[in-house]
Amino acid sequence: MKVTIEPDKCVGAGLCVLSAPDVFDQREDEGVVLLLIDSPGAERTEDIEEAAALCPARAIQLKA
Amino acid sequence: MTIHSDTASEILNAEPPEYPMVRASGCPFDPPPMLGDLRAHAPITRVRIWDGSSPWLVTRHDDQRALLADARLSADTTTPGFPYDSPVVAQSTNQLSSDGSHRGAAAPAAEPIAFINMDNPEHARQRRMITSAFAIRRVEAMRPAVQQVVDDLIDDMLAGPNPADLVDAFAMPVPARVICEMLGVPYADHDFFQTHTSLLAGRTTTPEQALQTFAELAGYLDGLIGERLVAPADDLLTTLAEYVTTCDLTRRQAVNTAMMLLFGGQETTANMIALGTLALLENPDQLARVQTHSGDADLIASTVEELLRYLSVPQGGRRRVALEDIEIAGVTIRAGDGLILANDVANRDPAVFDDPDRLDIDRNARRHLTFGFGVHQCLGQPLARLELQVVYSTLYRRIPTLRLATELNGLPFKNDAINYGVYEMPVAW
Repeated sequence: MKVTIEPDKCVGAGLCVLSAPDVFDQREDEGVVLLLIDSPGAERTEDIEEAAALCPARAIQLKA
Repeated sequence: MTIHSDTASEILNAEPPEYPMVRASGCPFDPPPMLGDLRAHAPITRVRIWDGSSPWLVTRHDDQRALLADARLSADTTTPGFPYDSPVVAQSTNQLSSDGSHRGAAAPAAEPIAFINMDNPEHARQRRMITSAFAIRRVEAMRPAVQQVVDDLIDDMLAGPNPADLVDAFAMPVPARVICEMLGVPYADHDFFQTHTSLLAGRTTTPEQALQTFAELAGYLDGLIGERLVAPADDLLTTLAEYVTTCDLTRRQAVNTAMMLLFGGQETTANMIALGTLALLENPDQLARVQTHSGDADLIASTVEELLRYLSVPQGGRRRVALEDIEIAGVTIRAGDGLILANDVANRDPAVFDDPDRLDIDRNARRHLTFGFGVHQCLGQPLARLELQVVYSTLYRRIPTLRLATELNGLPFKNDAINYGVYEMPVAW
């Protein structure tokens, strides 16, 4: 799975960090999304899909 | 809920129903039954509000998510057609936002009070100035301090009279102390701003009272920001003061952001603490699981999400106005039409949540809309989660015999306020 983020859209709600803290973090200065792993293993699919679904700014995209 | 076969045609043929609607007696945790009927039969329909206007009421979860993420909707309270919550909100918004005396000549003629009622890009510019303060790891670092606040307040309550009012002794002071610490507002002044924020949230407050209250609160916070301009500290008021120094914010904008933070983090969380405790006391099997698993961080986190979903403290819906024509679910919303997105009934939508009217702390409730959706979704949500996790994992463990000291139906519920809750909640142990 390939994960892409759009930090410009991010509103810093932090829901992605709660869903998958090993994949998403937030930048210290602006609190916007930071991608830690862009091609996580299949075992992380469920949590990452939840992160994308919960994101209020729709700043997370997934590709198989 | 029973639905009569002709409900749909009754709804569609009748005059727009009045909003807000009334909760069923004896069901203090459930949204008004009429909202469920509308969600099933007329999910986007006109309602009549206090000023005689008829904005659209949106009741389904998926429609609300789609609309709240749609940039063609404005959250700007100065946009014509905006459906205000009450005459107080309308009058104070119009008066305060048209008072341009504090801004330079280049400023727009009217500006909403705080950035939560602005649209992008200005909303995003101001929001991002304080976003990092609410980042997950920054907030998580506050857990020991929040735990200390909660433990101290429980110590005080146990040392005081029994029964006690849970709202006054515990639910209000927890978020008040936490947000004071974060902003850098002296907690010694909490009586002053608690009274003021409660007045601003009340539906029975007159516009004159609201304006007076707003002015007093603004004057108080302006004084504190003035102090930070000369003597910086390690707090959010200092962050705001620094943006004033760099001319990224006017002093008035800094004050309004501080007020929004003080206000947003206070009543909402306090209501969740008292109402959440009440809901658990009424569901003893769920309460027992919270008590015996208070060290299970996942269960406590899931309890918080479920109570946020089940109780839906913001009860007046998210308010917006359309900037362009929008086609959704077979309905055409015209530019200039107001919209109310009723998060409480979306949180009970059976299309998203199984058996939605049942409190179930084991379910995954994270798709609730209690914090809203879209770019305006609550900035303080990590802090609210932290406070509620600490409260729910501590209060019933430390006071296992906690019980309601009055009849449930005799409690004064906040049916007349912007945020739902109880005004008082006598408890004994």
